[in-house]
Amino acid sequence: MNDIQACDVEGEATRHTLTFCDGSTRTVHVVDREVPFPEGKLIVSRTDPEGIITHVNRSFVFMSGYAEDELVGQPHHILRHPEMPAVAFKGLWDTVGAGEKWHGYVKNLRKDGAYYWVYATVVPNLRGGKLVGYTSVRRKPSRRKIEEAAALYRTLT
Amino acid sequence: MSQILTVSPDFNTKYLAGWFILNNWLQHALETSIRLEVFDDFERQRDAIRDGKVDLIYANPYDAAWLVRERGYRAVAKPRSKCDETVVATSAQGPVERVEDLSPGITVATTDDPDVHMMGMIMLEPADLGAANVTLKRCENYVLVAKELMRGHAAAGFFLADTYNELSPMIRSKLRVLVESQINVIHHLFLVSPAMGEQAVAVHDALTGLAQSDKGRSVLDDIGIPGWDDVSEEDVEFMIDLMDTLV
Repeated sequence: MNDIQACDVEGEATRHTLTFCDGSTRTVHVVDREVPFPEGKLIVSRTDPEGIITHVNRSFVFMSGYAEDELVGQPHHILRHPEMPAVAFKGLWDTVGAGEKWHGYVKNLRKDGAYYWVYATVVPNLRGGKLVGYTSVRRKPSRRKIEEAAALYRTLT
Repeated sequence: MSQILTVSPDFNTKYLAGWFILNNWLQHALETSIRLEVFDDFERQRDAIRDGKVDLIYANPYDAAWLVRERGYRAVAKPRSKCDETVVATSAQGPVERVEDLSPGITVATTDDPDVHMMGMIMLEPADLGAANVTLKRCENYVLVAKELMRGHAAAGFFLADTYNELSPMIRSKLRVLVESQINVIHHLFLVSPAMGEQAVAVHDALTGLAQSDKGRSVLDDIGIPGWDDVSEEDVEFMIDLMDTLV
């Protein structure tokens, strides 16, 4: 997974170094520009049990700013925005790891350093009782819910 | 004793005769007696399924998830180029231009079509609307949903997109589409019951073979479906996982 360099983004960027739960790090440059969620669409992806992306739909590709072949095979935290608290993702993995459905509001980072908010739902994919991966579907959140989530996350990062 | 074929009650009634023709086609292909039974509401159809009275069904995605995961039905084909999309509309005379203009307390006209209702409610979420702060007006069909909007009795209404597009130009001119889903992967399925499992391949072959003859293509025209495609077990499981994230 490549860093997001200052030359990859347009506008005044801030630099952050993210540390993921597997100990890996990534340097990203982010800009304060929101990309609106596409009307009527769902952003869909699937991962393997380790969180490696195995499938993305066209809306996912469009909103992320990456090409499909830049996404498949990468860890899902390629979308991690520095303003998302680690505890939110711990809750996600604890929930789906227990075989339950997870819901939450997520600020995602695009390849160009901009961001988009989603209401995400993740379910474990079971085949013959065996976990084979996860499906995540994101839909358009309300502005009020985004503001509530942003305020909460500021207290957790 | 006849096997029972049924169709999700959201089917367009102009194709009713076509489903009887398809029923005859399947009878010949499977060399067994099959009777088409049409239900005018979803709950009565589900009761028949629970009673083990449905052997073949053209199911909407919501019910297909239940039938596959909980009742052991098997998907044998999906309709070609036909996805289930939902339209949220309002009166063209009213002030609402976008979903976010809708306010808590409104009345929403809907049907008992489960996947359309589910998607419609999801598309109201950006306005902070949900079951707790809207009043639902249940209508028997989509024309009645349109009438509720045109009379100003409901601020928003949910339609199956295919059906919305088949409303008369006069009706559509009095409505305004606020949003239309573009999900592309949620669709009806043709399912066989566990009791008919041994004939699943024959049913699949009969359906997918329709496009290979003039007579078969005529049957497809009669039911408004351009053809039947193979559907893998994983395709079905993926669609059901996706539906599971939405309920």
